[in-house]
Amino acid sequence: MPGALHPAVVSRPTPPVEGARRRSAHWDKVVEGLVTVAGGAGLVLLVLMMIFVVREALPLFLDPTQREHASLAKLLLPQPWRVGHPEALLWNPTSQVPKVSLWPLAVGTLKVTFVALVVAAPLGIVAALFTSEFAAPRLRVWLKSGVELLAGIPSVVLGAFALMTLATVLQTAFGLDFRLNALVAGVAMSLAIVPVIYTLTDDALRAVPPTYREASLALGATRWETAVRVVLPAASPGVLGALVLGVGRAVGETMIVLMASGNAAVGSVNLAEPTRTLSATIAAEMGEAVSGSMHASLLFLLGALLFGFNLLLNLTAGAWVRARLHRREREPA
Amino acid sequence: MTARPPVRALAAALAVLSATASAGTLTIKGSDTMVTLVQRWARTFREQNPDVRIQVTGGGSGTGLAALVEGSTDLAMSSRPLAPVEVERLTAKTGHAPAVISVARDGVTFFVHPSNPITSMTPGRLASVLLGDVARWSELGGPDRRIILYTRETTSGTSEYVRASLLSHQDFAPLSQPLPGTGAVVNAVSREPFALGFGGAAFAKGVRPLAVEVDGQAVAPTPDAVRSGRYPFTRAVTFVFARPPSGDARRFVEWVLSDEGQALAVAAGFFPVT
Repeated sequence: MPGALHPAVVSRPTPPVEGARRRSAHWDKVVEGLVTVAGGAGLVLLVLMMIFVVREALPLFLDPTQREHASLAKLLLPQPWRVGHPEALLWNPTSQVPKVSLWPLAVGTLKVTFVALVVAAPLGIVAALFTSEFAAPRLRVWLKSGVELLAGIPSVVLGAFALMTLATVLQTAFGLDFRLNALVAGVAMSLAIVPVIYTLTDDALRAVPPTYREASLALGATRWETAVRVVLPAASPGVLGALVLGVGRAVGETMIVLMASGNAAVGSVNLAEPTRTLSATIAAEMGEAVSGSMHASLLFLLGALLFGFNLLLNLTAGAWVRARLHRREREPA
Repeated sequence: MTARPPVRALAAALAVLSATASAGTLTIKGSDTMVTLVQRWARTFREQNPDVRIQVTGGGSGTGLAALVEGSTDLAMSSRPLAPVEVERLTAKTGHAPAVISVARDGVTFFVHPSNPITSMTPGRLASVLLGDVARWSELGGPDRRIILYTRETTSGTSEYVRASLLSHQDFAPLSQPLPGTGAVVNAVSREPFALGFGGAAFAKGVRPLAVEVDGQAVAPTPDAVRSGRYPFTRAVTFVFARPPSGDARRFVEWVLSDEGQALAVAAGFFPVT
């Protein structure tokens, strides 16, 4: 009702409004700038950290004395260690004759991650299928908050639980020689990554449009068939993302393995033997490594390896997800 | 209003931080074997000298000496002699040779589970076990079970001492499990019937110390045997300074070496310097 406006309102001079608009446009720019800086800072920090880690590891390849004690052959190939014993892949960088093979640590990391994934992936995915497809809404809320509480347990507490209780239980159950081993560490680690896999899988499943379920049920499929053959495949990129994040967490996790794995640097694939991971080695040895020494450079090399592995994992998984989504778009409707 | 308590807590934390960073603080870092002993010393010394602040943390002898080189501690506790490279680094940093002062003696003890039928071993046998050449208890007259070896991380002076005195600096068996402290080793051995570990004599709780056979006689690590030197694995535990101590640090060391300080060492399971 423009006619109802008071003349004074209509005739109010426009400049203040213009000014406010200009101010708010100006403010928009400032906020936009701040947000961009905040977003960029994450990336810059990541790059700086990568440069820092790599720079600290570089003397291993550039410094002549370090290169002699930790040559590529010594890092990667079996080395003599005791008279009368075959050459072996061993890690003991502060020994009189430093042993710097990366294999025992890499194998240890993969062993523990493998156990953790084998336990946590089925558990997390099945639990997510249940809460998103079958559970009553109220039960779902309870279950989801319960599992997410599990994510809040500090890893040092999980480690202590594994060291004190889980180790004894598994040793008696399987009659193991060693109380602390890759199996104990892996099972304890699965407790840390189940919440990651569960939550993200649940989100992915619930993001599948209800029309998929309705169509499937209308065609006569049971709820179970719908969940496993329609909803789960439709959510698979999200499920893969959940697994990748779970593996990333497992590879970098330190405290649990430091406490529960026994920390013996042997490269055997036997899950019942103690094992030493990349992350636990950095945590256990950084305290005595004087900066600038070969030992410190070696530990930063381990850090760079962890960094590189997780980067590669994320990039590969990202590429796979993109390819899959692309294919689905091109499929006839 | 809700923001108040956190703000106050933050202010308190900052006050504590600035207080600990003040000049009157003596920071001590290193040997896990010595931590409880030095903490006791520090507590009693503080009761008599309330103006001195002392901060004691562990991490292992190697960690303490590395911190001394980096300048992040005033005093390192070490349960082993310094490696040549450590002396070299400290000398390069200050222009002085480091000052190493023996403050007590300790008997390194080998622990087994209380149910283990083996009660004593010769040093040679012990060495074969630690190297992994003897891998089953049956080779020593015990049950046919694998010997589960617990050692210490390489930061540990105790571990270096055992390697130097028994193994002529060779490495422990590849399948030995290094743990982060003597307490952890004792705890692990007490839970595993076929385990063997080692550590300072002061820690033996819930485990059985092994006697060592010397000239055909089993010598248990009793206070008398350690003090007289009949028990073969005794060592000095030391304070290491980058430069000769002065002021509060000097007063603390002099008090530690006094009769009162040495009596406290005995109460903590160590033995006096002679």
